Order: sequence, then C-alpha cells, then structure tokens
Amino acid sequence: MSDRPAVAIVVFPGSNDDHDAAWALGAMGAEPRLVWHAEATLPEGTGAVVLPGGFSYGDYLRAGAIASVSPVMDAVRAFAESGGPVLGICNGFQTLCEARLLPGALRPNRQLEFLCRDARVRVESAATFFTRRCEEGQELTIPVKHGDGAWYADEGTFVQVAARGQIVLRYAEDVNGSLGNVAGVVNEAGNVMGLMPHPEHAVDPLLGSADGGLLLAALVDAATGHLHAAA
Amino acid sequence: MRATVLVRPKEGILDPQGEAVQESLQKLGFAVDSVRVGRVIDVELDADDEAEVRAQVERMCSELLANPLIESFQIRVEEP
Repeated sequence: MSDRPAVAIVVFPGSNDDHDAAWALGAMGAEPRLVWHAEATLPEGTGAVVLPGGFSYGDYLRAGAIASVSPVMDAVRAFAESGGPVLGICNGFQTLCEARLLPGALRPNRQLEFLCRDARVRVESAATFFTRRCEEGQELTIPVKHGDGAWYADEGTFVQVAARGQIVLRYAEDVNGSLGNVAGVVNEAGNVMGLMPHPEHAVDPLLGSADGGLLLAALVDAATGHLHAAA
Repeated sequence: MRATVLVRPKEGILDPQGEAVQESLQKLGFAVDSVRVGRVIDVELDADDEAEVRAQVERMCSELLANPLIESFQIRVEEP
C-alpha cells in the first residue's frame, strides 16, 4: 500500500470536473480513484470521497436530484455515517443537499446568469476537516461556475446551522443571492462538506490562485486520518 | 391510472425564473403582477385504487419529485 491515501471521486453521467479533481488531489498527495456512479461499493481502502462538479443527468428535475439516488450514494451515505470525510464540490454540493446529507438546498442564482469567475470567500470556521489548513477569517480566492448556486434554508434551519458553526465558507460579497452569502456548509458531525466554489481549479498560482489547494490538502490529511483510525 | 403532479416553488421563495418571465411578459405589454414557474409531472401507474395511487405518488414527491425544503406539490389522480 502506498503512503498516498485513496480518495474516491464519484463519476456521474454529466460530471465534468472529475478529472480536474483527480489531478488536483493527486497533486496534493492523494491517490485518486474514479468510481462510476452505478457501483454499489467504494474501493477498498477509501479514505475520503469527493462528489465532483458538473451537470449530473443534465440537471434534470433539480440539480443533483437524480444523482442523489444513484446506486453509489448508499455507499457514500454509509461511508459518511462511519465518519469518513466527504466533500461535494458544486454539483456535488447540490447532490449532498438533495441526499439530505447536508442542510438546505441550492436554488437558481438570483441574477439567473451562469456565473464563471473568481470569488473571494471567507473561512468562517477553521475547526473542520476541510479548513484545518486555513485560519478563521482568512480570505480565499477560488473560482465559481454555476447556475444554481444560491444556498437556501428556512429560517429555523439557518439559525440552527449558523449557531452550530456549520457555515464554513461565506462569499465576501453577494455573488448569487445565497442566504447569508453562504458558500460552503458542513453537516452536524463535521465530516461532510459541500461548497459551490471549485478548489480543484485553484491549486496552482499559475492559474490565478492556489488557495483551493488548502482545502484539498486538508481533505487528503483527513483521508489519511480516517484510514489510520480504521486500521 | 394517471397522476399529475404540480410542483411549485414554495411561497416566499425567490423564483428568478418567474421574475424573468414576468419581465418579458411586461415587455410584450401584458400587465402581469407576478409569475411563478413550476413543473408538471405525469405519472402512469398500474393500480386501480385512487387512495393507493395518491399514497404512492405522495411518497414519490417527498423522495424525489419535489424538494420539500423549497417546493410544494399538488397531486391530481385521474381515471384512465
């Protein structure tokens, strides 16, 4: 077994950032493994799971809705329930919300435009698996590219999620009408996170920013930690 | 039997699509106060008991067809 922890990247029909995620996670020290959505199990020795960006099932019904009931999602749910780190990026975030593994839902952007640009996001909590390499209040520059990125929760849920410190990232400005400028949330247990910005597109200063690498490297740390805990 | 499901953005939830349609209708000269855009789903089932069809389709709605956090739904059951 190599020192590199295996990170499973689920490929749905219509995923399009799966290979970018695999490349970026490889650059951060993981051994990426692409897993087709029809699989009923995750590869043995999986230390973390990534649901990548894209347009699974053409966003039919609602973004992430069909993917959320894919065969592989039972395995992802079981992995999450066992404490395994799971990261959903963009369409992966939408899918985790549809699967009710994360609170809230993603609605069409307020301006109805597809957004594709760098966004500044603030780290609200550095006490999660995913932000341990960041500092609270740190500002990261990470690109967004989505049409349905406005996070929404009813008032009761929003208050509860905020009180529990589950809001991990907020946009530094209103980019899409997201409630409370939320850009990323974790579940109550803290091992499942979703975010709309694409950290896999920000791992090299040559491409404008390497800030996304902080989140992905922390995920690789968490994958190693999960495998050690399981061993 | 056939069930028709009407899915709507919940009241109070922003509907940018509806707003865009409203603006376009206003540009065409229609005096429109509000537009909300939802979705219609026709489901055909091999069942003949209306109550059973309704119960099944309700489950379909809460598990997949609608997201109860942001959408409301209405079910109409029709005889064949």
